[in-house]
Amino acid sequence: MADLKMTNVAKAYGDVNVLSNIDLTIRSGEFIVFVGPSGCGKSTLLRMIAGLEQITAGELQIDGQVVNDIPPSQRGIAMVFQSYALYPHMTVRDNMAFALKIAGQSKDQIRQATDRAGKMLQLTPYLDRLPKALSGGQRQRVAIGRAIVRDPKVYLFDEPLSNLDAALRVATRIEIAQLKASMPDRTMIYVTHDQTEAMTLADRIVVLAGGGIAQVGAPLELYERPVNEFVAQFIGSPAMNLLPGTVRTTGPVTTVALDGGLEAEVAIPTRPEDEGMQVNLGVRPEDMRETDGAAVFEGTVDLTEALGEVTLLYFGTNAETAPIIAKLPGIHPGLNGRRVRLTAPPNALHLFHEGQSLLYRDGPPPPYEVRAAAPSGSMGSTPAAPGDDPDRIEDGLIKPQGPVR
Amino acid sequence: MELLWLAVSTIAIGVFGCVAWFWGSNWLLDRAYPPKGDKAGDNIRRANQIRPWLFLGPALIFLTMYLVYPVLDSFWRSLFNSNGSRFVGTDNYTWLMRDAKFRESMLNNMLWLLVVPVLATLFGLLAAQLTDRIKWGNIGKSLIFMPMAISFVGAGVIWKFIYEYRASGETQIGLLNWIVTQFGGEPQIWLTLPGWNNFFLMIVLVWIQTGFAMVILSAALRGIPEETIEAAILDGASPLQVFFKIKVPQIMGTIAVVWTTVTIVVLKVFDIVFVMTNGQWGTQVLANLMYDWMFRGTPDYGRGSAIAIVLMILVTPIMVWNIYNARKEVR
Repeated sequence: MADLKMTNVAKAYGDVNVLSNIDLTIRSGEFIVFVGPSGCGKSTLLRMIAGLEQITAGELQIDGQVVNDIPPSQRGIAMVFQSYALYPHMTVRDNMAFALKIAGQSKDQIRQATDRAGKMLQLTPYLDRLPKALSGGQRQRVAIGRAIVRDPKVYLFDEPLSNLDAALRVATRIEIAQLKASMPDRTMIYVTHDQTEAMTLADRIVVLAGGGIAQVGAPLELYERPVNEFVAQFIGSPAMNLLPGTVRTTGPVTTVALDGGLEAEVAIPTRPEDEGMQVNLGVRPEDMRETDGAAVFEGTVDLTEALGEVTLLYFGTNAETAPIIAKLPGIHPGLNGRRVRLTAPPNALHLFHEGQSLLYRDGPPPPYEVRAAAPSGSMGSTPAAPGDDPDRIEDGLIKPQGPVR
Repeated sequence: MELLWLAVSTIAIGVFGCVAWFWGSNWLLDRAYPPKGDKAGDNIRRANQIRPWLFLGPALIFLTMYLVYPVLDSFWRSLFNSNGSRFVGTDNYTWLMRDAKFRESMLNNMLWLLVVPVLATLFGLLAAQLTDRIKWGNIGKSLIFMPMAISFVGAGVIWKFIYEYRASGETQIGLLNWIVTQFGGEPQIWLTLPGWNNFFLMIVLVWIQTGFAMVILSAALRGIPEETIEAAILDGASPLQVFFKIKVPQIMGTIAVVWTTVTIVVLKVFDIVFVMTNGQWGTQVLANLMYDWMFRGTPDYGRGSAIAIVLMILVTPIMVWNIYNARKEVR
């Protein structure tokens, strides 16, 4: 049991408020990821939990005990730093043993604990080396080992993979996931700016923005039901497109008249008084498909990026507003400069009024269930987006092709 | 007025001479090996091999004239009698081994060597750590660094006043004796107290060198990655443990550089002893002993040179180690 509870927590440096009104309960055994743009205070929040930063106001409880004024080492936490923070003058074993030595454990206990951690992290052959003789990935494993030997209730990770190269990052990410799986009752809090890490590792993601929590939820909940435009655009890559328009007809399914003259049907209920309301229609690039029927967007392709697996289409790159981006599966040669009509399934669309999602207008919506994807087109079945309605949306004009030689 | 003109023209000749040398020699080199034409590549390569020697040339010549030659000449002189008229072989060195004053100087030098570098480094480290953590730390640092700006002779004079003696009953103008008499003690002639007086002299050098140690170590302390300290705090280390187990080991290289630098200063110590006791009352050191034989009374160039050579042999290995450490720090 190591619940972690923050009540009205705030942090200020002099007159500058960095964080305010942070209310968050983290259950024992959860893997929580803090994400947010740089400067949003996610690292500060983690360091407050660690005790490296004073909490200006509010209360932090670990295991039911208020720990605001408890020194870091007695909070039952361990932290892994982005820069590894290994003691350069100590061997790998001594690095891991340092906390135990300070705590006055016996030599046998220390040897056992470090041996075990070394084995867990495949560091056994390196135990007597100095950190400078290790690669980046190995160093980060030592840093994780240093946390493991202390057997804390809560693990804190501060962007632990940011200093690793891309391949190693993926490998270490999987190692961290396995580590969590091997310790189901230990709580982990992980700070990152990398969406992939957040989406793959987290039980719940906490999106921080503007000095507060924007949304807390399971990764796919944030993806499918973002509470506001910020979360909508922050989660998912490329970011969600926002198309301005007004509500035309209301009801269980809403019709939106888009500013370019097109129209979209959205599976989000609206009230009769919403008619004529200014809204932004949110549509994810990966939900867009080419059509020659009713479209939610029509434009000339300014630029394509062929990644093989997908092709990114950019519209309006010269305009002052953010470009509209579509992500089509497969390879699509010869689209540059062509006029393209795109659509998206009604239940994949989002509606925002003054930045806030209409889904959350009447308090939280019913519990979230994962929107299962239809069989993917790459296996040869219907090349349709999740939830596609075959009656309304015809097959894409341009079918994915084999590699262009 | 004439002097002023002399100084100005010396400076002018020096500066313009340097410019003329570097520019002119470079120009000549380019004329000799023009970087164009058929053999441009060869010429550039050859000119590049010669150019460093042209530019280093003046410095090498002056170093040879003022450093290498004096060392060799000192060694040569140390093999001759007092006025350099008769070759005596190693007689001067065998005399040194048997001379009581030389043995006293060696012993005192060793004592200085043990005490001053350790104290200066230790105080410097403490000052660096403590001044980094307080608001008026920078003012404190300036005050501690100030003695570095005072010449050794000046420092000797200042401290001579601190140790100044007036007979009991007279007004004490020496700080130390004033304090002692305030507490009802008897004024002491501090600089003649056998054994102790050496330490009273050493304090002067510690006072001067602490500032140097502090500045270098303070920079090193600030270079320690903050995360390692935070990690140690999370690991439960107390401030003292953080300092001695995390911070100090990480700046060990810099500590070695400071320690050896102070050691070299100590080995060469002369002015302080010269001004304060002139080597009397058992405070003689090698540099002052050398000066005594070389320039006092009837000069004995042979013995003076022999002492100088011994001093140099003592300093050289420490110097080498110092440079090695300093280079390691840079890397």
